[in-house]
Amino acid sequence: MSTSDKEAPRTAPIQSATFTNPVNAEIRRAAATGIYDIRGGGAKRKVPHFDDLLFLGASISRYPLEGYRERCDTSVTLGTRFAKNPITLDIPITIAGMSFGALSAQAKEALGRGASAAGTSTTTGDGGMTPEERGHSTKLVYQYLPSRYGMNPDDLRRADAIEIVVGQGAKPGGGGMLLGQKISDRVAEMRTLPKGIDQRSACRHPDWTGPDDLEIKILELREITGWRVPIYVKVAGSRPYFDTALAVKAGADVVVLDGMQGGTAATQDVFIENVGLPTLACIRPAVRALQDLGMHREVQLVVSGGIRTGADVAKALALGADAVSIGTAALVALGDNDPKWEAEYQALGTTTGAYDDWHEGRDPAGITTQDPLLASRLDPIEGGRRLRNYLKVMTLEAQTIARACGHNHLHNLEPEDLCALTVEAAAMAQVPLAGTEWYPGKPGGGY
Amino acid sequence: MQQIDLATTPLREMNETLQAQTGADNQTAWEILNPRGSHAVACGLDAPIEVTVRGHTGYYCAGMNKQAAIHVTGSVGPGVAENMMSGTVVIDGDASQYAGATGRGGLLVIKGNASSRCGISMKGIDIVVHGNIGHMSAFMAQVGNLVVCGDAGEALGDSLYEARLFVRGSVKSLGSDCIEKEMRPEHLAILADLLERAGSDAKPEEFRRYGSARKLYTFDIDNAAAY
Ligand SMILES: Cc1cc2nc3c(=O)[nH]c(=O)nc-3n(C[C@H](O)[C@H](O)[C@H](O)COP(=O)(O)O)c2cc1C
Repeated sequence: MSTSDKEAPRTAPIQSATFTNPVNAEIRRAAATGIYDIRGGGAKRKVPHFDDLLFLGASISRYPLEGYRERCDTSVTLGTRFAKNPITLDIPITIAGMSFGALSAQAKEALGRGASAAGTSTTTGDGGMTPEERGHSTKLVYQYLPSRYGMNPDDLRRADAIEIVVGQGAKPGGGGMLLGQKISDRVAEMRTLPKGIDQRSACRHPDWTGPDDLEIKILELREITGWRVPIYVKVAGSRPYFDTALAVKAGADVVVLDGMQGGTAATQDVFIENVGLPTLACIRPAVRALQDLGMHREVQLVVSGGIRTGADVAKALALGADAVSIGTAALVALGDNDPKWEAEYQALGTTTGAYDDWHEGRDPAGITTQDPLLASRLDPIEGGRRLRNYLKVMTLEAQTIARACGHNHLHNLEPEDLCALTVEAAAMAQVPLAGTEWYPGKPGGGY
Repeated sequence: MQQIDLATTPLREMNETLQAQTGADNQTAWEILNPRGSHAVACGLDAPIEVTVRGHTGYYCAGMNKQAAIHVTGSVGPGVAENMMSGTVVIDGDASQYAGATGRGGLLVIKGNASSRCGISMKGIDIVVHGNIGHMSAFMAQVGNLVVCGDAGEALGDSLYEARLFVRGSVKSLGSDCIEKEMRPEHLAILADLLERAGSDAKPEEFRRYGSARKLYTFDIDNAAAY
């Protein structure tokens, strides 16, 4: 063998873009265990999002408002269509439904405290209403879910609004699950199920199917609550135009629309990553449905799924939403995925920022757990303070942008304030690609 | 006896009147005339009063009932006594789908037949059906007793939790994880009590008992076909 043979250049190792290392690792995991991956959180894949939009700001044709001096209001009223007592919030950012069971009682209390201090509402979840949560939430939305765990007319009448959950962005068409590790005595009792078993929540409501039934179900709930409180209908981002139109037809006061980045407590990874529409793609069709029915602003639209900053809030509102809702971000504000627990994340085989085994109940931050010792790591008073701070910052950020665009109320933000960085985002948000007057599907053609 | 005629009184006014009762005065007997298939008749009641509905109702009659004794002389639409907490609801005729869905307490008696999904997700209610019940009844039923004096349709008790099912006639098929179980003396005692309260002369010994095999309680890949 000659020296030149030995040193002949070889093809460098090429990693497949299809069979990536994480993909292969998942194949090996599936082969070894025979069970699909269940996790918490929302879609982790990159999809077109609010980051792909920019605000234009004021210019010669539009003048800005003075920061700190000229008012920019933030309040929003939900449920003006039929309810005797609509809900008025100081800020257009609400806390989304997350179940007691998925979250500890302390975490639910912290969410109530933080939301109340910021002048907004919080929401129960699949597992019923806890006294802590009711007691610490000045405005509490009570979810009416397919499982009906803990459902009773007294809590229904104690609620400030009712949210009929048809779907969740993380799993449109899917039911819930709460694995045995998290079923403590209290959780089991609230759900009238044995302790320690895997609980599956149904994917469809037990006593209605379709929009005509939904209309009668809404009538019943209104009759039971004396037409006092608003009734929201929460749908996953799937067919937003039709779902919004049908919810309105069925008599909803408020439509809550949750895109695929929206978090969940526990669902199959394949479901989270492959079913549903990105939040960005949901808003315009929903707003169009409301406009076509002459109901925009009369039936309010609440958007959720991947809202993190005041910029996201401002963008959702500019596209036509009346308010937004946050789940994951609120948990992060309480301390979820905080680097201070890195050693413990490592011990669980994960790392800060990637921890999503919320269904296992071993959360180092003490939020998504029923273990009394872990749960005691979260001080509900301190947690509430952190959430309030975060909500205030988001509101200030959104106001900063609105003033820069010349608006004295967040609700005056409009699509004309926006442009898109990518063709995809331009198509979904129906705002022009940056530097052009064009977006795909623009009526009248464009260039 | 106080009367409310739905031919002349709006549904809202009728429910508001009944919901305002406390049972503390002498107005404890009410009669609803001309329901004519109205939905949400006598729902959300919370007092020990007696309400007789003369005729047929639509969806969700007696929904979320607490304490009241509600008697419908005709047939009822879907979701009668859904999520009932306590009290009794007696239907002289037939009931449509989802009778007693998610009910948490009290007694629901259907003198005729009940359609599909009777007792779906029941959470403590007792249901006695004098006639037959349709398919997928007691789906995901958690707690409580479902007594069927006639026959049961397909997939009875699918994905059942701890509810007890008693059927006197035939069962077309059992759902996933639902099996026949031994009838022990305590079950005969439960049956005897429920049959008596429901006004049925069926004998407890004529029934078979069905319940959960509890194999789907924790996820197991080898049971995947059953999920
Ligand atoms: C831990 C957790 C539990 C949840 N539980 C429920 C629930 O019980 N009912 C429901 O409708 N949505 C539930 N969701 C979804 C939220 O209500 C909301 O749609 C979602 O979190 C919004 O997206 P975001 O997390 O990106 O803010 C849950 C989300 C999380 C993160």
